Amino acid sequence: MAATEKKTVVWPQQDILQPVPSELWPSSDNPDLLEINLGPNHPSTHGVLRVVTTLDGEVVVGVKCEVGYVHTGIEKNIEQKTYWKAIPYVPRMDYLSFFSGETAFCMATEKALELEVPRRAEWIRVIFQELARIHSHLVFLGTGSVDLGGIALLFYCFRARDEVLDLFEMACGARMHPRYCQVGGVAEDLPKGFEQRCREVIAFMRDQIDQYYELIGANPIWLARTVGVGVMSPDFAIKMGMTGPNLRASGVPYDLRSANGGYGGYRELGYTPVTKETGDVDARFRVRIDEMSASLDLIEKALDGLPEGPVITDDRKVALPPRHELHTSMESLIHHFKLVTEGFEVPAGEVYAPIESARGEFGFHLISDGSAKPWRVRLHGPAFVLLQSFAKLCEGVYLADLIAILASIDPVLGDVDR
Amino acid sequence: MVDGVIATIIKAFLLINVLMVFFAFMTWVERKLIGRFQARYGPNRVGPYGLMQPIADLGKMLQKENMIPDGARPKLYLFAPWIAMACALGAFGLMPFGNVATLPFTDYTFHLYIADTSVSLLVVAAIGSLGFYGLMIGGWASSSKYALLGGMRAIAQLVSYEVAFTLAVIGVIIQASSLSFVTISNAQDNLWYFIPQILGFLVFFVAAVAESNRPPFDLTEADGEVVAGYHTEYGGMRYAMFAAAEFVNAITLSALGAVLFFGGPSGPYLPGPLWMLIKIGAFLFVLIWIRATLPRVRFDQLMKLGWKVLLPVATLNLLITAAVVAYR
Repeated sequence: MAATEKKTVVWPQQDILQPVPSELWPSSDNPDLLEINLGPNHPSTHGVLRVVTTLDGEVVVGVKCEVGYVHTGIEKNIEQKTYWKAIPYVPRMDYLSFFSGETAFCMATEKALELEVPRRAEWIRVIFQELARIHSHLVFLGTGSVDLGGIALLFYCFRARDEVLDLFEMACGARMHPRYCQVGGVAEDLPKGFEQRCREVIAFMRDQIDQYYELIGANPIWLARTVGVGVMSPDFAIKMGMTGPNLRASGVPYDLRSANGGYGGYRELGYTPVTKETGDVDARFRVRIDEMSASLDLIEKALDGLPEGPVITDDRKVALPPRHELHTSMESLIHHFKLVTEGFEVPAGEVYAPIESARGEFGFHLISDGSAKPWRVRLHGPAFVLLQSFAKLCEGVYLADLIAILASIDPVLGDVDR
Repeated sequence: MVDGVIATIIKAFLLINVLMVFFAFMTWVERKLIGRFQARYGPNRVGPYGLMQPIADLGKMLQKENMIPDGARPKLYLFAPWIAMACALGAFGLMPFGNVATLPFTDYTFHLYIADTSVSLLVVAAIGSLGFYGLMIGGWASSSKYALLGGMRAIAQLVSYEVAFTLAVIGVIIQASSLSFVTISNAQDNLWYFIPQILGFLVFFVAAVAESNRPPFDLTEADGEVVAGYHTEYGGMRYAMFAAAEFVNAITLSALGAVLFFGGPSGPYLPGPLWMLIKIGAFLFVLIWIRATLPRVRFDQLMKLGWKVLLPVATLNLLITAAVVAYR
């Protein structure tokens, strides 16, 4: 199928999920049905999702998802921390799109503080959000391909992923949970040579993405496994609260980076959402590969026009003073001490700041009572929401398709369970 | 037994050992090659170039606890790997590695095959199908739903591919008018059957990949779906036997392909056994290449391919061959 060809799609009639009727549960009345636990320890459940599947031969007749195996109470933990110290918790939720989590939390805090973020910091955040998105999509592509039996792509993707992580390491020393984002900006300026290395990685990634397309895009076995499988109509996707690439694969051009004018650095940089028309597993794979290309363009654009200036706000009540001032300035030392021990106080109120993570709308709802710790933190995570449509998509498909559908909607269990 | 009982026993002993060493070496080759296909090194820690890796694996397997899962049928559970292994090794006994050779420094001549029956091909097909009992029994007896699904898939796969497989090689049988491997490979001295039997070869190759449970048709042990399929509950040496049986099956089918379509042990300059090994190696290389690259097909697609594509093509090939041979 040519990518340019515009197809008319006949969407299936899909109602939102109803409980599985009791006659579909295995019992002495239904001796042909087999109930099988896919997970919590199973090669294809991407973490510890438990999918209680009822099989009639190879055909799936009923699916129940059980989540909560990696529930670690992160939201509650954050309420025990000052805003500052909560930042490292956040990327542990959606650990594949880690930088998006940090940014979302910092943006919510900044919104509550009504704090202005320097322009350079916003652009640097864009670069790293896009790098995190590429990282997440690479892992998705690799593991999704393994679920479909193609082991080669995993290693190609992880090789590219390593290059992306090297950039994080270059900027802040940590690879996966960088804590690079800071309330009011980013923790450090970009190091020397970062731009050049970043451009090298972009060129490398462009080449790689072409190879991914060659490996899966024209492979008849791959297409037979993915085209027309797990079709999600735009109407159904919206009803089920889908956001992110899964929604865009069904043809809905909704992307928070461009919707309502975008946020942060995206307001200036601009972005056109990538969409696909067919809404099947194939479209969900392709939309992510194309999003990687779009992210590369965005990073290049941001690198080209990266503004000069400070990378963190000069509000000393929020941001740490520069290290050299501590030796000469009494006020700086006091600010440093107060910030590290007590943190900063956030005016009482309620904010919600969503961003577009690799999986969709990732937003923190913060309620502050005016103290230095958030009174209530609640995450709207994309993965938990998108998992609820999974059971519906799997009705009447083959067991192998169930795995393909689960791979294609790309849940991260750290984000689902939190 | 063309050389008498003692010589045959010695030859069988040698063949099994050579085969197992070849298998161990091929697992190394496979891992090394797949590593290279996937931009990594493959085993390179144990011994030079990681060559001792199969030995280390064997040592690890031997040390593992032999446990029997709760609810399993112990006798069948323990017996299943032996069926798979015995059948895989048994089929190889009929492969010819050349015609007659002389023992160095003596006048003793012997044949470079263990047995040459007039129905060799039938025997290999029969033993190969028998090996699936190991998979089925292993899957059923280990009291695991994943294993059960894997075993069930094995049977369905066998039934759909055995027919196409057999029909594909009948073309060769008609052309050589013999079922004996020695006769078939000698008949290809002028022209390898690969050329006149190209359709038959293609069907044979796809069916052979499916028969040997290699990717992209490894549904019996599709790790993404049924964890490890029929050998999910097996560990240690019993698992190793299943794995060995599967790989030896792949070697046997490669040897079969070499004999039926590529002239078997015949070839210029080099001795017969070496040619045979080269041809087997070429087949295995393609199998490994496929494994490193292709995703897995779905169960119903596998069935469709077997019944709706391979079977008609094999029948067509059979009819054409029969017509050509009859009118010549």
